[in-house]
Amino acid sequence: MAETKTDATIDLRGVMCPINFVKTKLKLEMMSPGEVLEVILDSGEPIQNVPKSIKEEGHRIVEVKKEGDFFRLKVERS
Amino acid sequence: MTDHFIQDKTTKVTVNLEGAEQKMDFNDLKSGGFIKQRQKDLFTVRLRCPGGRLSTEKLIEISKIAHKYSKKGVVHFSFRQSLEILYVDYKEFNAIVAELEKIGQKVASCGPRVRVPTACGGCEYNPNGLTDTQKMAEMVDKTFFGTPTPHKFKTSFSGCPIDCARTKEMDLGFQGVVDPKWEEEACTGCTICAEACKEGAIESDPDTGKPIFDPLKCIWCGDCIRACPTEAWRPKRYGHIVRIGGKHGRHPMEAVEVCSFLPDEKVADAIRLTIEWYNANGRRGERIGNTLKRVGLDNYLKFMEPVFQNNQAVKA
Repeated sequence: MAETKTDATIDLRGVMCPINFVKTKLKLEMMSPGEVLEVILDSGEPIQNVPKSIKEEGHRIVEVKKEGDFFRLKVERS
Repeated sequence: MTDHFIQDKTTKVTVNLEGAEQKMDFNDLKSGGFIKQRQKDLFTVRLRCPGGRLSTEKLIEISKIAHKYSKKGVVHFSFRQSLEILYVDYKEFNAIVAELEKIGQKVASCGPRVRVPTACGGCEYNPNGLTDTQKMAEMVDKTFFGTPTPHKFKTSFSGCPIDCARTKEMDLGFQGVVDPKWEEEACTGCTICAEACKEGAIESDPDTGKPIFDPLKCIWCGDCIRACPTEAWRPKRYGHIVRIGGKHGRHPMEAVEVCSFLPDEKVADAIRLTIEWYNANGRRGERIGNTLKRVGLDNYLKFMEPVFQNNQAVKA
């Protein structure tokens, strides 16, 4: 998968559910449609829940990379 | 909650009211929904709220009626999601029933019959929901409420395997499930599904990251479908796990699973046939779980074949 360019990054390692999702949501709301936010999430509960919620809000997850104990997601704002 | 249902005592109650003579419709009592309290002359009036759902409009009207007739000005949420108006004087039964009827609110039932179905929020608004439990509860209430059975007959609908409506404790319970299907072309090997699966039914291939699915571990919750960023996991079919013979009370029993993916449109048939079997085989005062123990699960399953037929393994 080709590297997607990102417009902003939010590092949510160590941030609990559902605060991590709320922060993602707020950040996305500050961005324009089509812009890409990079979200860094811990494995375990955060990666189980946050992607589901991002999808349910209508945003698109365009890239996912696992890096050791965490995930790097790229989310396109709807 | 007490077991002192008035229906056993109705015949002994004399219509001996102070002052003017009043007529009481004892059939109203026999159909249940009026539960004797400790306090002399006072009863709990249990309303019929399938799935525990009420419009706010109706709730406002019920509040007014409850406020008028409850001698203590209190209501209670029953364990089966219906609203109960407490401390109602039996001399006012006719009046309260008439007022409730005017707003389209029916009184529930007690005793040996099909009870008001309970349900979680379901797929209408709960993100975990896989089936429209509220719609099903409404259908069951309309079609089967009050049908006489050898003993009480409780049904419930859970929208997902978390099973908030406790289908394992019902005489007949329906729990939503989804069969996930994976399409390789759409998969990017991101491994989120393996992380999202709480059952260990999905592992990621160490090289490609693509899922290796173990159907024996899957409980059909759909977390993989919801988590997948590329829609590589999709729903193949939705349905209900059907469980029978559960109960709580003094001697709890866990229901057994008798069908794995019953579609919505077959739920009514499953209930109708189960009631038929129960009425033919059950003894008076015997819950269906005990009837199954006495008569045998195979007997029931044979009877249910027309409905359950192609619906996968039975875990008895």
